[in-house]
Amino acid sequence: MSVDNVTPGEMMTIAASRALSNDDVCFVGIGAPSAACNVARLTHAPDITLIYESGTIGTAPDVLPLSIGDGELCETALTTVSVPEMFRYWLQGGRITIGFLGAAQIDRFGNINTTVIGDYARPTVRLPGGGGAPEIASASREVFVTMAQSKRGMVERIDFFTSFGHGEGGDHRRRLGLQTKGPTLLVTDLAIWKPDPETKAFTVVSLHPGVTRQAVQETCGWPVRFADDLDETPPPSDVELETLRALKARTEAAHAGRAGGGTRKGPNDG
Amino acid sequence: MARFMPLEEAVATHLKDGDTAAFEGFTHLIPTAAAHQAIRQGVSDLVLVRMTPDIVYDQMIGMGLARKLVFSYAGNPGVGLLRRLRDAVENGWPRPLALEEHSHAAMANAYEAGAAGLPFAAFRGYRGAGLAAVNPNIRQVTCPFTGEVLAAVPALRPDVAFIHAQKADRKGNVLVEGIVGIQKEAVLAARRAVVTVEEVVEDFAGLHPNLCVLPHWTVAAISVVPGGAHPSYTHGYYERDNPAYLEWDRVAADREVFAAWMKTHVLDAGPGVFAERVAGLGVER
Repeated sequence: MSVDNVTPGEMMTIAASRALSNDDVCFVGIGAPSAACNVARLTHAPDITLIYESGTIGTAPDVLPLSIGDGELCETALTTVSVPEMFRYWLQGGRITIGFLGAAQIDRFGNINTTVIGDYARPTVRLPGGGGAPEIASASREVFVTMAQSKRGMVERIDFFTSFGHGEGGDHRRRLGLQTKGPTLLVTDLAIWKPDPETKAFTVVSLHPGVTRQAVQETCGWPVRFADDLDETPPPSDVELETLRALKARTEAAHAGRAGGGTRKGPNDG
Repeated sequence: MARFMPLEEAVATHLKDGDTAAFEGFTHLIPTAAAHQAIRQGVSDLVLVRMTPDIVYDQMIGMGLARKLVFSYAGNPGVGLLRRLRDAVENGWPRPLALEEHSHAAMANAYEAGAAGLPFAAFRGYRGAGLAAVNPNIRQVTCPFTGEVLAAVPALRPDVAFIHAQKADRKGNVLVEGIVGIQKEAVLAARRAVVTVEEVVEDFAGLHPNLCVLPHWTVAAISVVPGGAHPSYTHGYYERDNPAYLEWDRVAADREVFAAWMKTHVLDAGPGVFAERVAGLGVER
């Protein structure tokens, strides 16, 4: 497959999907994480367990859900449990290997803000809030994040700590009594990032095909560190790209198939 | 003891000014018809509780019914932000709205504590999370056995809970299936519960023994409102009206457009319109 045909968004989804394995039990955030998780399930990880916070365990949707509680998720799930059971037994109980989150705002230590832009009491923009994220970030054995790069999204200092990543870096998680690993992977539309073993600051370990260091820095609000042995992300295979595009096409068709006017968008964080 | 009554009577009887009210539904089975009836009734000074306030709470807040919101995720699912809620929080329009914000885990635990008759819920949460610094109802408790410090939040005990369900039987037992969300806990935590249903059947004989059934003596009132969860969905009856969620983003963006929309679709309408709204959204049964 020619790299020229691949959009940055497709590269992001496919690179993120590769990080998941067949044995993972993954708590899926809506939007970009949902696409990556389902591409993994439809390619190299057919037995992965995908869990959405609405209580659907082992779901296998044919199209991407618009919300975490679409009927498709329940109809294709192994079982559907109540919301308290979801958060108490399955998340707090330590059953989740990967919490896969999106982010409105992230800092270099993987701390995420989806609560407010500006001051909490007098916000410039009131965002939806954390939902399940604060405990997904603390109770999942590790956390993957995927988001498109922008200076507005990747910032020096987040306005609110909705979900705790590595805090101020170093051993901050341990000092708070958090036994889980926290963010171990950030996949953007331009690169793959992993935390430095000591400082825990995200470091670029792989550039997607055709992406320059300059492009990564221009869309990131903190001074970017690049690994000494910087890799290039393998381009999407034919199977990966065809799987993603077919999934998107089925999703568009399904969500456009109902009565009513208005412009339609694809799945979005919400 | 459940009494069958028209929705107008159920809301008038069980929802009062100043009540703490939970209209629960986790993306599925959102009790829209009941919320619209509350708007028509003109009730005021509500403390609204819900894990996932979406379009109906945007409408109630935009119409000035609420003085406070207790919640964990306030968004238009799959679309974006709630613009009436934003207007209330950012600009105090039509009136200021106090927020008590939690995580899903906290709200779920708090409802469960309410249903269990406990004063508070303890769970392993909020570590490093900024909400603990801005919400005085997020505190800590130390485990007397291990010494582990856990998060504590007060139990949720709404005055009244509203939910939508698939069906009731003649006695008023209520069946919920599919994504069951937090509804059972909300009903059992509340002092009174009002349920709208798609239909009434003779009895529940022959159904799976582990289905979620709320016995008739846990429910105060039942109103039959086919389509009453629109634009959300009722598993087995009709699908989610996704274009309606997209349209709401446009309607809620402007105060005048919002007011006109509410007059046409809520104030000048009644519970009977919901059956028409889901007519094109049916699923094969």
